[in-house]
Amino acid sequence: MANTFEIKQTENPSMLEINFGPQHPSTHGVFRMNVMLEGEKVCALKPVMGYLHRNQEQIAENLPYAAIMPYTDRLDYINAMSNNFGYALAVEKLAGIEVPERAEYIRVIMAELTRIVNHMAVIGFLLNDLGAFFTPVLYAFREREKILDIFEEVSGSRMMCNYFRFGGVKRDLTAENLAAIGGIVAKLPAFLDEFEALLTKNEILCMRCQHVGVLPADFAINSSITGPVLRASGVNYDIRKVDGYSIYNRFDFKIPLGTKGDVYDRYYVRILEMRESLKILKQALSKIPQGEILNKKTLPLLKMPRNLKPSVGEAYARIESPKGELGYYLVSDGTPQPWRYHVRAPSLINLTVLEDICLGQKIADAIIILGSIDIVLGETDR
Amino acid sequence: MMFGMGILKGLWVTLKNFVTSYFCKPGSGGIFTVQYPEERCAEFENFRNFPFLVYDGSPDKIRCVACGICERECPPKCISITMATDAAVPNTVDQKNIKVGAGKPARRPEIFNIDYSLCMNCGMCEAVCPFDSIYMDHAFETTAMGNRTDLLKHKEDLLKSNDYFLKVRPTLAAAVTEKRRIAEEKKRAAAQPPQGPAL
Repeated sequence: MANTFEIKQTENPSMLEINFGPQHPSTHGVFRMNVMLEGEKVCALKPVMGYLHRNQEQIAENLPYAAIMPYTDRLDYINAMSNNFGYALAVEKLAGIEVPERAEYIRVIMAELTRIVNHMAVIGFLLNDLGAFFTPVLYAFREREKILDIFEEVSGSRMMCNYFRFGGVKRDLTAENLAAIGGIVAKLPAFLDEFEALLTKNEILCMRCQHVGVLPADFAINSSITGPVLRASGVNYDIRKVDGYSIYNRFDFKIPLGTKGDVYDRYYVRILEMRESLKILKQALSKIPQGEILNKKTLPLLKMPRNLKPSVGEAYARIESPKGELGYYLVSDGTPQPWRYHVRAPSLINLTVLEDICLGQKIADAIIILGSIDIVLGETDR
Repeated sequence: MMFGMGILKGLWVTLKNFVTSYFCKPGSGGIFTVQYPEERCAEFENFRNFPFLVYDGSPDKIRCVACGICERECPPKCISITMATDAAVPNTVDQKNIKVGAGKPARRPEIFNIDYSLCMNCGMCEAVCPFDSIYMDHAFETTAMGNRTDLLKHKEDLLKSNDYFLKVRPTLAAAVTEKRRIAEEKKRAAAQPPQGPAL
C-alpha cells in the first residue's frame, strides 16, 4: 500500500509514520490506524477499516427475513440482544406485526442487561488500555458472567443469543429466571460502588483521562455521533426518550450527561448509564405482566419462515444500542427476502471523528481515545 | 481530598477482592471459575451447539425423512441431504421388463452431511423441522484432529438416540416424545378397522 501521508511527510521529514494494527491488542479487534507522529504527538491519523468485512448486507439480501436474525448477533457481538431488538423492530414495522405486552417487557429487560454487559466490557478494556492490566476488566467480567448465564439459560447461547422473534421472543422467562435477574439487579449497585471506588477518583485515571480527546458538542452533532459518546459531550439525545420505541416511555429514568466531552466523561457517563439501566430493570421486573410471549399471528412463521412476505415498502427502525443509534433499513419487494438490508452501525459513524479528536494528542492517548469511543469491528466492517 | 487517596482506596478494593477470592463462597465474591477439564460447570438445558439427528430405538429407525426443509432454511447452508432410493425388489420385473421399485424415492436420507465448520449454531434447523428429527446438541468438544474435512459430519456421526436426547435436553425431549406417542396412538387407532356394533 502506498504511503497514505506522502504529502505531509515531504512537508516535514522528521515525521514518522506508524502503522497500528490490524493485529494490535489495543485496537479492539482488527482495526488499523495509520498514524503520523512528530515525536509522540499525533499529526495525522487515518483509520483503515474492512479487515472484518463479511459481506453481511449482501448475504442478508439472499435470505428470508427470519434467517437474518442470527446474522445480526454477529454485528456487534457483545450486544447480540440489542442487535436482535433493532432488527425485530424493523421487520415488525415493515410487516405491521404487534408485540404482546409480556414480550415487550422481556425485550426491555434483555436490552438493558445487554447495556450493562457492554458498558462493563468497555470500561474494563478502557482500563486495560490505560495500563491497569486486567484487574478492572476481570472484576467487570465477573459480574458480566452472571448476566451471560441468564442469556444462556433463556436463549441457548451466551453471546450469539438469537433470542428475538418477529412479534415476540423465542422463549419465556421463568419465575426462576426473573428471580435470578432480580438478584443480579439487587447486587449490582454494590459492585458498581466498589468499581467506582477503584476507579472514579483514582488520580492516575483522572490525570490520564481528563482533558484528553475532547469532543465539542457542536462538532459531535455535526458528525452525527450518537450514544454515550455524544451524551458525554453534554448533548441530551437518547433514542429511548426521543423515539420512545417499544415501551420505554413507561419507565422513569434519567439521561446522564457529561460536561466536557473528554475521555473521563465518556467513562463516567457509562457508569451512570449502568445505574439508570438498573432503575429500568427494577421497574420492568416489578411490572412484568403474565401472558403471551409471541404474537399468535407470527407463530406459524417459526416453522415456515418463508411465509413472511411483507408488502412492497420500506422501513427504518432504530434503537439506542449501548454504542449509539443502531438502525436497520429494510426495503421489501414482496418476496421472502428483503430487497435491501442496511445497518446504520454506531461504531462506524462514531469512529469518523477519531482523527479530529486525536490530533495534537500523544500516541498513548490516541489508544484510550479509541477505547473510549467503544467500537466493535464486527459492526464497523459488517 | 488529599492527593493520592483515590489510589489508596483503589488498592484497598483490590486487596479486599484478593482476600475474598480465597475465603468467600462463589456467590459472594469468591472464585467461581472451575478447573476445566477436571471440573465442569453444569450445562443449561437450553444450551445449543451443533445439530444432531434423532433416531428411535436403533439407528436404522431414523426420524428424518429427507424432506430438505432444514437444508433450504439453514442460513449458512451447511446441511446437504440426498434422499435414498429404494433398491429393486429381487427377481421381479413389470410388463415393460423394468425392475419393480427400483429408484423409487424412499423417505429417508442416503446422505446427510453437516459441515460443522460452517454451522453457526443458530437453531434454525431445529425450529423448522416438521418431523422432530434434528435438534441442537450439547456436545461442544468437537475438535477435528486431522484437517478441516474432519468437521464435515456424516449421517453416522450425527445420529444419536432418543435416550441421549432425553438425557441432554430432558424437558424438550420429554415433550417431543409424548407428542409423538400420542400421534402414534391416534394413527394406530385410525388404522384399525372400525368395530361397529354387530348387526
